[in-house]
Amino acid sequence: MSANLSALLYLVAGVLFILSLRGLSSPASSRQGNLFGMIGMAIAVATTLANHPPADAFAWILVIVGIAIGAAIGAVIARRVPMTSMPELVAAFHSLVGMAAVLVAAGAFYAPEAFDIGTPGNIHKQSLVEMSLGVAIGALTFTGSVIAFLKLSARMSGAPIILPARHLINIGLGIALVVFIVRLVMTGSAIDFWLITIIALVLGVLIIIPIGGADMPVVISMLNSYSGWAAAGIGFTLGNSALIITGALVGSSGAILSYIMCHAMNRSFISVILGGFGGETAAASGGSGEQKPAKLGSADDAAFIMKNASKVIIVPGYGMAVAQAQHALREMADLLKKEGVEVKYAIHPVAGRMPGHMNVLLAEANVPYDEVFELEDINSEFAQADIAFVIGANDVTNPAAEEDKTSPIYGMPVLQVWKAGTVMFIKRSLASGYAGIDNPLFYRDNTMMLLGDAKKVTENIVKGM
Amino acid sequence: MEHAAQVVDPFVFRLSIFVLAVFVGYFVVWSVTPALHTPLMSVTNAISSVIVVGALLAGGVANVSSGSGWARGFGFVALVFACINIFGGFLVTQRMLAMYKKKAK
Repeated sequence: MSANLSALLYLVAGVLFILSLRGLSSPASSRQGNLFGMIGMAIAVATTLANHPPADAFAWILVIVGIAIGAAIGAVIARRVPMTSMPELVAAFHSLVGMAAVLVAAGAFYAPEAFDIGTPGNIHKQSLVEMSLGVAIGALTFTGSVIAFLKLSARMSGAPIILPARHLINIGLGIALVVFIVRLVMTGSAIDFWLITIIALVLGVLIIIPIGGADMPVVISMLNSYSGWAAAGIGFTLGNSALIITGALVGSSGAILSYIMCHAMNRSFISVILGGFGGETAAASGGSGEQKPAKLGSADDAAFIMKNASKVIIVPGYGMAVAQAQHALREMADLLKKEGVEVKYAIHPVAGRMPGHMNVLLAEANVPYDEVFELEDINSEFAQADIAFVIGANDVTNPAAEEDKTSPIYGMPVLQVWKAGTVMFIKRSLASGYAGIDNPLFYRDNTMMLLGDAKKVTENIVKGM
Repeated sequence: MEHAAQVVDPFVFRLSIFVLAVFVGYFVVWSVTPALHTPLMSVTNAISSVIVVGALLAGGVANVSSGSGWARGFGFVALVFACINIFGGFLVTQRMLAMYKKKAK
């Protein structure tokens, strides 16, 4: 196969990847988009195998076995993973992209002739620059994603870990990284290559550990972006347009998602990265208010009131995901609809632990996507709703964000559930939310607290109907 | 050397592709509906594993020196990781997207 033909085929693969993202503009076209992505991947792999076939029989076996192992593991994971675990799955996948980038760069470093970038010990300087950027970002993505995975899957506390002088340490490591990249380009020595890798690995851990659980949607989008830039760096080394296009797409996709998440929390990207939010400092400023009485209700009361309402807006949050309450919730909504009640769902951009987390869970429970609305589209409707049914959400409904200038979340766009006739809150306790801030809504006259596990309470309401 | 100044370095072409792709990505991703942001992340995960082409090059290199032996090893592990991502990413995206349904009229 000529080099020109293969370059064109890589371009086709790149265009198919663009179409696969384009398909996601609506659920109707999304499945076709995913198919385009698969075709693009198949073209890229086939082109590489045709143009640079493995050198001997053993290499063929290695390649086939490698693909088979990866495919088997990937397929099993994709089929078995519960939808509530998507955030940690995505984090784990990011770490694999990061590690793959490091390993490919290492492969290129030890066998540059296979990549047409020079001979061992005498690699083109430009390739060394591209390679070192790819390996640094890849290594950082790897350890950063591993930490994010551990935090999201609760194998590690979500609380921020603050090291003394962490900014100085990070800046020092950053400078060291630049120095070794320059040295690698000058000397091409393997020691510098591995020092870059190690420093970037350490930096990845240090950057993510101070970031608290509530900021995870930003972190996971940011790592998404990094994995893209790492791929693009390797794409430059290989001179492969499919990889460059994909890296740029993924890089900007992650960056946009990070921006949307930060915007939805009214936080600057810098303050999220610097970390420390959601820890003791925020809790101390919010939790010291006097305890007012909250009105507690029973599931039967809730069932009765809702059956007689004409419009109910459901606000799901992370608590629904933890309790796996989405199916019970849909059952409740079905019963309400049978009674002639209008039911809608309102989703805050940062509800859950990753962008779009709640939408996937509701889709899993067979909630039609045209009943699910975003913050801007539904906020004006709370005033006409009889009931706002808040299940497992807290901070995203906190009126302090609009009313209390001293609140740490002041200015964050929130769902104005308090404008509804009655607010029903399903929560395990009256404790503050993930951001560590007290919610004054719990103590208002038109609020009814339903304390307990989100799934059990919802099931009891269903029984009560 | 007189012609050297006339020839555009391939790097510049790659950079052009890269910059244009960033812009394409910018506009395409803004048009993605927020309801599909989770599938967006899983599918971007899958497509960024096109890094598998590098793994195939490294894993299939001719075994002529100790360096190429290392490259094969690195390539093999990278290949496994990338393939977990490709199959896992696309299939889990497919599984998610199959769940999004319109209201039955």
